Amino acid sequence: MRSLYRLQPALIGLLLLGLWEISVRLSGVATFILPPPSLVAARFAQAWGDGTMMRHLLPTVMEVTVGGLIGGALGLMIGIGLGLSGVARRLASPYLVAAQSTPILALGPLLVLWFGPGTTAKIVICALITLFPMVIATLVAVRDADRGLLELGRSIGASRIQSLLLIRLPSARSGIFAGARVAATLAVVGAIVGEWLGGSAGLGILVNLARGSLFDTPLLFAALLQIALLGAFAYTLVVFAERLSTRLLR
Amino acid sequence: MTSALELRRVSLSFGTRRVLDGTSLTLESGECVALLGANGSGKTTLLRVAAGLLQPYTGEVLVAGTPAQAGRADVGIAFQDSRLLSWRSAARNVALPLEVGHGLTTAVRASAATALRRVNGLALADRAPAELSGGERQRVALARALVRDPALLLLDEPFAALDAPTRNQFCAELPELIGDAAALLVTHDVAEALLVSDRVLLLTAAGEIGGEWKGLRSLPANQRRGALLAPRGLSQQAELLAALSGMEHA
Repeated sequence: MRSLYRLQPALIGLLLLGLWEISVRLSGVATFILPPPSLVAARFAQAWGDGTMMRHLLPTVMEVTVGGLIGGALGLMIGIGLGLSGVARRLASPYLVAAQSTPILALGPLLVLWFGPGTTAKIVICALITLFPMVIATLVAVRDADRGLLELGRSIGASRIQSLLLIRLPSARSGIFAGARVAATLAVVGAIVGEWLGGSAGLGILVNLARGSLFDTPLLFAALLQIALLGAFAYTLVVFAERLSTRLLR
Repeated sequence: MTSALELRRVSLSFGTRRVLDGTSLTLESGECVALLGANGSGKTTLLRVAAGLLQPYTGEVLVAGTPAQAGRADVGIAFQDSRLLSWRSAARNVALPLEVGHGLTTAVRASAATALRRVNGLALADRAPAELSGGERQRVALARALVRDPALLLLDEPFAALDAPTRNQFCAELPELIGDAAALLVTHDVAEALLVSDRVLLLTAAGEIGGEWKGLRSLPANQRRGALLAPRGLSQQAELLAALSGMEHA
């Protein structure tokens, strides 16, 4: 019964895929408009078999990892600083909101101009897109730490740094990791956006190739599937890190 | 001989509301004093002043002859709401005050285990606060207050949220747990004050010590326990207290 409960999301997915397959076959829609899932699956397997997917996946994974870690770490540090200091919060908040309101797609060409069409610009885009959710989540979680627990810290003689490390940050953990979950999926978006602006390899490039010169819609869907899987994997890694932190802090 | 705690004409206001008004009290070493008062009479504020967590506007607070200061190793505090860190096991919650001074060493872990054993809570060591009952949480909080072997123990209605049997059990155990330390127990429950303390002080709504009953330790246990059946209402209870003891009413 419990395993059936756990399988429910997968069963819903299978049901939707079945409906998609049947609808496409019955309606006779051309496969270059909407390929059935069976064809997408076959193309996905073929792209992995001939090395196409791996060649485009690795650069994206690298950009997501490096950019996400840089943006996440910077966001965490800035968020802690702003969460602890009301003055810093008041001074920086308008600029943070303004920066976030500027679409990363619009900033892209500028970043390519500054850093060139190579990997650096894509990493910077990934870092920028992950920065804001991490800053906001960390800021709020650190600022709103339980006053009673902070008073407990004072009552036992904890220094400011001990209070931060032993009380504030652990109590802010779930808020910070909520930001990290959002940031992890956005890092994938950042990498794809960066690859659309230029380059020779990456899942964003593969999407463009499949849509344009190759005119291979099943491959386009296969690339989209790979992007979704990468996002889900990044999200799962954050969930795993959160569970690990829970275990380590006990 | 130096008193364990001395408040000399302490006054404190929150906005326009005067909470403490020239309040003075003295706790001798090894003495257990209950501070009785209605909700909002300033009992918790007085305790926080004694702990150095709040600075009085006027007056002087001395702990063992030196000015009160938050974080002193010779002062232990148990708060009304237990204030356990939800991400730590019971044992690591108890270890926290020592960890602040020495890091999490083997000796610190051993001291935490000893403190837990002292409150009959060793079996709770590996459990998370969420897995503990209200009584168990307060037991752990008490162990944390005792872990540094304080000379002064400040107890802020530590049993207020407990059911009557659990509270009575705690009241019976507390004198032994306190041992040689001086203790200030803040409570609004006459029965609790009677069962635990040597002396009861009544804090009035005006923030002054309005009454004092001494020599309670010499009362027969059945007379102390008789107060458990006392009618509710502080003035009635105070009268009952005086009638029961036939003691000096300052």
